[in-house]
Amino acid sequence: MQAKSRPVITLDRVTKVYPLQSGDVTALNKISLSINEGEFVAIMGPSGSGKSTLLNQIGCLDIPTSGTLTLAGRDVGAMNDRELTDLRLTTIGYIFQKFNLIPLLTAYENVEYPYLMKHRKNDDTGHVRHLLDQLGIDEALSAHKPPQLSGGQQQRVAIARALVNDPAILLCDEPTGNLDSQTGIQIMEVLAQLNRRGRTIIMVTHERDIAAYAERTITIRDGRVA
Amino acid sequence: MILKDILLQLSVRSVRLHFLRSVLAALGIVIGVVAIAAMGMMGANMTLSVTGELSQMANNLVVTAYTGGGGFMGFGGGGGSQSREEQMITENQFRDIRDIAGSYGTVYYVYSQSDSIETSDQWGRATIYGLDPDIFAEVLELEEGDYPKSTTTVVIGPRIAERFGLEPGSKLVIGDSDEGSTATVRVVGILKEKGMSMDLNTDSAIVGSEKLYTGIYGGEGEYRQVNIVLDDVDNVDTVKEEILAELNDRDDEVTVQDSSSMLESITSVLGTITTFVMGIAGVSLVVAAVSIFNVMMMSVTERVREIGILRSIGTQRNDVRRMFLYEAGILGIVGGVIGAVASLLIGYIVVLGMVGTTEFFFTWQSLWYIPFAMAIGIGICIISGVYPAWQASSLDPIEALRAE
Repeated sequence: MQAKSRPVITLDRVTKVYPLQSGDVTALNKISLSINEGEFVAIMGPSGSGKSTLLNQIGCLDIPTSGTLTLAGRDVGAMNDRELTDLRLTTIGYIFQKFNLIPLLTAYENVEYPYLMKHRKNDDTGHVRHLLDQLGIDEALSAHKPPQLSGGQQQRVAIARALVNDPAILLCDEPTGNLDSQTGIQIMEVLAQLNRRGRTIIMVTHERDIAAYAERTITIRDGRVA
Repeated sequence: MILKDILLQLSVRSVRLHFLRSVLAALGIVIGVVAIAAMGMMGANMTLSVTGELSQMANNLVVTAYTGGGGFMGFGGGGGSQSREEQMITENQFRDIRDIAGSYGTVYYVYSQSDSIETSDQWGRATIYGLDPDIFAEVLELEEGDYPKSTTTVVIGPRIAERFGLEPGSKLVIGDSDEGSTATVRVVGILKEKGMSMDLNTDSAIVGSEKLYTGIYGGEGEYRQVNIVLDDVDNVDTVKEEILAELNDRDDEVTVQDSSSMLESITSVLGTITTFVMGIAGVSLVVAAVSIFNVMMMSVTERVREIGILRSIGTQRNDVRRMFLYEAGILGIVGGVIGAVASLLIGYIVVLGMVGTTEFFFTWQSLWYIPFAMAIGIGICIISGVYPAWQASSLDPIEALRAE
């Protein structure tokens, strides 16, 4: 196990303002926080509290209006679209509530996709196969397109896809939100196991028992850490 | 390598998923490609066929009076109502020309005029030629009947015979009684079909003796043109230069045309027509472009969420752009290839129908229009995909992910 000391994400007075005609909306208000390597953090808060906005900033889908966001030692605020995209590909693994697999690709191809984008060649190391096996998606299942898989299977494929480029941070946006509780628990077990092996996980949820898998919970209210 | 491209795979599967829609969009390209290729091939075959006919008379020279413009005048010598101010070749000039060119081949003068003609039940216009009777057998080829032996008999071209239902023994009236003198003549022979020509266009003409002609129109010793049929095609330039040197010594008196100058102007006219017709055919490609554009915009709209996913897991903007350009390219290539195959078939039918011969169909000048039209079709498809692809790549990943 790694020492949980080095911060992998640092937010210093991060503010996000959405300019609207009816007046500016401050989604994040001078948030400062730090997440260390190997941590499992749950972000909670009522809807509209700004937790999704926070996740989008950390996920490099958006950049802060002001303040500094440092991710794996790099200042995200100063990056252009190409660099942000590259960071999403190599440093971040995204797990969504609605799985968000590409319907036109098979399960295997969905997992291989980020690998292809990064290496610009097919995986000939067996890495993709190995990941899928670990998550309980056998060869027959991996040949299926996502709509032919169950919710739990789709989320497992999505986790494999998130892990394929060995990201520093795993971001989960309500990972069990679209699953029945039994399957939800299984998925949480997978995430907990990944964390035990040293993976940094940040998870947005509004369910207390799901948040309980994390070792730290950050509650957001009105764009601030409560 | 490129076939393994996952983005290409996505494009191919997207096209397959919306098979009917894609086929319909590609059909527009097929029609456009066929239209352009068929028109281009028709033009090329016409040009080749005319060139073929004309090159058979490469040994012909036509001398006409200099008109200052230097342009192509004696298109067979017919056409237009005659006025006395029109420049003619004089008897003296003809003698000079014969002195120079006589040793190289046959030299003969031509009277010609466009006039109305009348049969018992029909009225129309035709070119009337007047020739030296001694030359008939040398320059005219008969299909049936005989050469005219008097000032009241004529031979006629096959087209005119067909149009007016004339045969040896039929009578017709040359000239309009309201405007001048007329003559009633008897047809004694029908000429062989000759096709387009620069010296004498006899297919739609009436040919009589010099006396018959001057009897109606006067103007004795004023020739429309002087034709030279050389024994040896290699002498074309020599004879042309000698005539010009002698007759245009002080003033420009005559213009000498060989088949190459006629070929040039016909080729250029046919080229212009072909380009014009292809331009019209090109309109169908514009319509096709609009339909491709529409299908691509639909594809982008339907796949907004997918674009959001691709972007959020690390797909660069230019990769998204590439994916949609591939999609447009696939439609273009499918349409272009089917269009190319179809143009081979339809082009053949069009050429057979419009040109009358497919002798030149399988030449590169003609078949070249197939890859040409194909390239335009594919190019237009890709251009139609540029804006949709750009739009897809500029989507905000967060917004796109929210789409249902």
